[in-house]
Amino acid sequence: MVEDRSYFGYKLELTETLSLPITSSEKQLNHHMVNSSTKPALTDSPRMTHQFPTLSEAQKRELHETALRIVSPGKGILAADESVGSMAKRLAQVGVENTEENRRQFRQILFSADDRINSCIGGVIFFHETLYQHSDNGVPFVKLIRDRGILVGVKVDKGVVPLAGTCGETTTQGLDGLAERCAQYKKDGAVFAKCRCVLKISDSNPSKLAITENANVLARYSSICQQNGIVPVIEPEILPDGDHDLKRCQYVTEKVLAAVYKAMSDHHVYLEGTLLKPNMVTPGHSCPTKYSPEEVAMASVTAMRRTVPPAVPGICFLSGGQSEEEASIHLSAINNCPLAKPWVLTFSFGRALQASALRAWRGHKENEKTATEQFIKRAEVNSLACQGKYSGGDNYGEAGHCVFGSCHAY
Amino acid sequence: MTQGYPPTATMTHQYPSLTAEQKKELQDIAQRIVAPGKGILAADESTGSMAKRLNPIGVENTEENRRRYRQLLFTADQRVDSCIGGVIFFHETLYQKTDDGTPFAQLIKDRGIVVGIKVDKGVVPLAGTNGETTTQGLDGLSERCAQYKKDGADFAKWRCVLKISETTPSQLAILENANVLARYASICQQNGIVPIVEPEILPDGEHDLKRCQYVTEKVLAAVYKALSDHHVYLEGTLLKPNMVTPGHSCPTKFSGEEIAMATVTALRRTVPPAVTGVTFLSGGQSEEEASVNLNAINTCPLTKPWALTFSYGRALQASALNAWKGELSNEKAATEEFIKRAQANGLAALGKYKTSGSAGAAAKSLYVANHAY
Repeated sequence: MVEDRSYFGYKLELTETLSLPITSSEKQLNHHMVNSSTKPALTDSPRMTHQFPTLSEAQKRELHETALRIVSPGKGILAADESVGSMAKRLAQVGVENTEENRRQFRQILFSADDRINSCIGGVIFFHETLYQHSDNGVPFVKLIRDRGILVGVKVDKGVVPLAGTCGETTTQGLDGLAERCAQYKKDGAVFAKCRCVLKISDSNPSKLAITENANVLARYSSICQQNGIVPVIEPEILPDGDHDLKRCQYVTEKVLAAVYKAMSDHHVYLEGTLLKPNMVTPGHSCPTKYSPEEVAMASVTAMRRTVPPAVPGICFLSGGQSEEEASIHLSAINNCPLAKPWVLTFSFGRALQASALRAWRGHKENEKTATEQFIKRAEVNSLACQGKYSGGDNYGEAGHCVFGSCHAY
Repeated sequence: MTQGYPPTATMTHQYPSLTAEQKKELQDIAQRIVAPGKGILAADESTGSMAKRLNPIGVENTEENRRRYRQLLFTADQRVDSCIGGVIFFHETLYQKTDDGTPFAQLIKDRGIVVGIKVDKGVVPLAGTNGETTTQGLDGLSERCAQYKKDGADFAKWRCVLKISETTPSQLAILENANVLARYASICQQNGIVPIVEPEILPDGEHDLKRCQYVTEKVLAAVYKALSDHHVYLEGTLLKPNMVTPGHSCPTKFSGEEIAMATVTALRRTVPPAVTGVTFLSGGQSEEEASVNLNAINTCPLTKPWALTFSYGRALQASALNAWKGELSNEKAATEEFIKRAQANGLAALGKYKTSGSAGAAAKSLYVANHAY
């Protein structure tokens, strides 16, 4: 991966390659298009082979550099964007009332972690409410995060809605007015966004419609974000619910991701300015077979290698239903997988970074420092994991020697 | 692996297409073909294409002349063993022999070079399009592959053709050709044959580099979606694309580094890392151009997780043909010309080719950031 890092060392000279001769057909296009609502004059013939400019060189550079910063070596994402409804579930588990103040206090526990997290966290995903909250001292959370060199992201989807005629499948809404919302979020300090789609594995799922529809929504969202200088984190989560085995999850993941990247291509999304947030390839929760971290890693990396173009700078895995330790062990094994991996492979964890902190806190002020320490601990562990240097904590007695089998079984 | 699948829509179940052993064999073959420093000699010109090669040097297009010509390529000495990983044969050539009776396929195979075979049956028109085509050859392909495998072939090649113009490539041409390539690839793999997937976008036209890049990205995205839909095992395939270049009539000239950057960027945006190797076609490029461009591609500073090498026809044979002119007395000289180009391209595939008068190290500093692509 060193090659992409040295990227910044290249002289960004604007040579004549950037001012290509304008052919007679292109003279009709407005080369200064930044606002996507201006339309070029078109001839009658189908011009699908002509590229209508989507992003300027400067826009591409900004998006790409933002994406690279989020996934700098040793760093990943803290997904602190639980909606009000999701926070209800988290807080209920530790006996805390789901009020705006309690949500603020909990996020404050995370955001007031000391400088130790600066080298572990490249970006934080906010929920809309949190983006406008402050610390006890009146410092906006956004400022708190940004001042430490951590990038601010925002969840922009508006939840899942049913797809009629399917077996309980969904798509995700939130495209209406998304351009204006992104522009506002950019002003308010956000530089990346997240949109989550959900797919399920069962005898009948995911259906062709669910795959195509969710891929399309993710591509529309990505396109709109990029027009507004926001890096889209693309999340096509395949839930771990079910008794399917590892192979089944791998197969479905490959089909889903192939559809996602075809949709990205169709929608002219600039891949170098995106990040992917997929599920790791794991067996279903009720699967009777147990798999080693190396098997999970091999299946995950193989699926990524078959579907994710190298132009994508980073893959930030979601933790799904995994425990904090499981998620870290898996991430480390993924990074030790011997197959060639041309993207950064890191984390975008919610529960897997916050579970212990939440349990330590239980809503009591006197527990705040301890809770923050728990979070810092997981952040540091995952920083090691995304460099392939984590072999397990107190609960795992292994020497951390990864034993990978043949890749042809995948 | 047989289970009782429920009658409900089971698109989510993987019906086994290949065993682990079959996968391993396919990947091993692919890796051998594109081993470091090696590429492919495309010697699969059809009878009609050979006419175009032989006529300009005044040689009659007979079966014997075609045999003699391929012989001078295949009898090159061991210097080519380290630069040629595979040879693509035309059907006729697969069953021809040297002067002393050694089958060409055996000659090649015994030197550790993988034998390949062109299996498509040429382009046919797509009605309702502006002169676009698809490629035929799927009928009985499975049986043909099985026979070729017995006769020594381990890989195959299939060429689709797309054109850039005001109206092309059309959505239909892109989808249809991607689909045909995927069907071909699937059938090959079932018979232990590594498919080389060739979606050639012709360099004809006055379009610029950016345009070619854009079209190449769209075409390759469609190709890999089709390969996914058809359950093709990517690790057991090779891609044979065009380099991204300006059209032949484009007034602007572009440097090797610009061509390399546009080419590598297009591939990075569309070709999954699981693909073992990318073996570029030379199209209308001269021998030297093709080597210089391949070298620039290999020194491009972006991360490139696949082997990037050559699958050249004219760019390996042009000088040899000219030196031969059909004369027995010219054979050795002609073979030498071929060896020379093979070695040059072997170096280019490693990013170590220096044309006379150029400083290789200076090439890297000419790269500009890829945001322009």
